[in-house]
Amino acid sequence: MNLKEIQEMLDAELVCGAEWIGRDVACACGADLMSDVLAFTKERTLLLTGMTNIQVIRTAEMSDCIGIVFVRGKRPGQEVVDLAIENELPLFVTDFPMYEACGLLYKSGLSGCSKAVCRHGG
Amino acid sequence: MEDEQAVVLEFELKGSDFNVAGETSSKIKRILQQIGVRSDVIRRIAISSYEAEMNVIIHAHRGKVKAMIYPDRTELLVEDEGPGIANIDLAMKEGYSTAPDYVREMGFGAGMGLPNMARCSDQFDIQSTVEKGTTIKMVIFHDGEKGEKLSG
Repeated sequence: MNLKEIQEMLDAELVCGAEWIGRDVACACGADLMSDVLAFTKERTLLLTGMTNIQVIRTAEMSDCIGIVFVRGKRPGQEVVDLAIENELPLFVTDFPMYEACGLLYKSGLSGCSKAVCRHGG
Repeated sequence: MEDEQAVVLEFELKGSDFNVAGETSSKIKRILQQIGVRSDVIRRIAISSYEAEMNVIIHAHRGKVKAMIYPDRTELLVEDEGPGIANIDLAMKEGYSTAPDYVREMGFGAGMGLPNMARCSDQFDIQSTVEKGTTIKMVIFHDGEKGEKLSG
């Protein structure tokens, strides 16, 4: 599933990153806790969040997320958008709340990150 | 080890300077990409560095990050001057945190930072003195298998 298909499914507005929306998504994570994103995602994760501060972009950058969907119509500021562009991170805004946005994607076959994550270090 | 060539990067951090939080780890990540380190390994180094950087900014007065990039590994040394950690065993437990509410509102301070650093690195060492500061040393090997397990 690529970011363009996700945008359509969530009836989302593209805030930035049109040139990268053909990229494939490996899995998705819905979280407002950036600590959880850092601990439990894997490469090419789509992040769904209600947070719009600059640390969301930094967290996505470190975690190699493939894009970010801001739920419940929340809109990031220009500083956040600029940093996302610098990191080639497409940003979307959907009016769906977190639970419904995640549910729609999960129902369409986009899995979570848990199966591939080894929590206790190995 | 003394004969080894390393790329050494050093950065200063200021406590509570949230506007630039993450810039240090971002720079380290970009250098690792230029050097050509494997992407899943870079991800583990970047996450380790970012968690440590955030800890300094959240808890300490000031700190330093030193990244030493060798051909086979990256060593991260993060030293801060600050309140220190009274009980390291407790701080290493997932969910334990002393972060203030405004930090939690930013999505941090969930008590995952130290355990996540330990999980992402191949060697992890923490020393702390109350009312002086904390030193964390992490080593991540560039050909390690841990990254494949963590990133799937």
